[in-house]
Amino acid sequence: MNPVNYLYLSALLFSIGAAGVLIRRNAIVVFMCVELMLNACNLAFVTFSRLHGNLDGQIIAFFTMVVAAAEVVVGLAIIVTIFRSRHSASVDDASLMKL
Amino acid sequence: MNAAAAYTTSTGEAFQFWVLAVVAVVGALCTVLMKKAVHSALCLAGTMIVLAVFYLANGAYFLGIVQIVVYTGAVMMLFLFVVMLVGVTAADSLKETLKGQRWLAAACGLGFGVLLLAGIGNASLTSFEGLGKANAGGNVEGLAALIFTKYVFAFEITGALLITAAIGAMVLTHRERTERAATQREQAEARVRTGKQVPPLPAPGVYARHNAVDIPGLLPDGTTSELTVSETLRARGQIRDVSGEALADLAALEQRAEARLGRIERAEEAGK
Repeated sequence: MNPVNYLYLSALLFSIGAAGVLIRRNAIVVFMCVELMLNACNLAFVTFSRLHGNLDGQIIAFFTMVVAAAEVVVGLAIIVTIFRSRHSASVDDASLMKL
Repeated sequence: MNAAAAYTTSTGEAFQFWVLAVVAVVGALCTVLMKKAVHSALCLAGTMIVLAVFYLANGAYFLGIVQIVVYTGAVMMLFLFVVMLVGVTAADSLKETLKGQRWLAAACGLGFGVLLLAGIGNASLTSFEGLGKANAGGNVEGLAALIFTKYVFAFEITGALLITAAIGAMVLTHRERTERAATQREQAEARVRTGKQVPPLPAPGVYARHNAVDIPGLLPDGTTSELTVSETLRARGQIRDVSGEALADLAALEQRAEARLGRIERAEEAGK
């Protein structure tokens, strides 16, 4: 097996995540699909790091993880705030930028 | 390409890949397709654990552990917390706001995937270096040497980003109390002033048989009392009404049990 298969898997996971973001209406699930896409990118970075024989890819994946953690914190805070004012976590209900 | 370049991985790794790749893809599909947000979160956690194993197999030992600690440990638990806080009642609405949007979205995802896969397939990636040389002094040491020299500026910016995110989350979720909370005395006075329900609310439960908060108490005429159960339970429809049918069911069940134990037959024999 060639490690390129990891890249195929990563592309597959990324497109599943992208389709999920477009299909689902629950804001939390949409957010989880974004996390899935970020993870797929990380897998690609780690695989490229192995293909090229240096650690730079792993460093980029490390930074992606940190940024993803920060993103989750802020994103979930926004979802909780929206839920407090609208009593719904559906992205359809938040189509207007006002209450 | 130097002499160390390889063309295939070990058979063990190939076997591991094919087994776990199926698990990862199924987990990802379940994340998208599961109706309840809790199930989606659990499926995503499974996929992330599989990805951690793949990182370890690819020689990224530090990232593999960090993936488990940060993603499945912290991020997914945060997701579960918010699902418990927000989404327990929030099932996805099945009403289509845009006509045919789901199918178009699925088609877009499929097309995007085909493009990506074809792009990778066209690239000529036949041999690979492997991390043997890069990891020679230890994976963590190698990463540390890079982070604190070549990427030190990005690393410091990341620190600023994390602090900003923490403060942002606090600002977004913190609610300032605009008025003073009413004291117990004020609440009591208000209750007497309105005069609607001065003594405490009556207790739930039918004491002879059931004593639970989800069972409304019975009034003297046998009907249930609305006052005895919490409004939240009533709104969720989680109230058990034992006034009518349920009691009859229970009586029938008890009669059957007695027949099985032979009490009724014995009584009949005694009657003869």
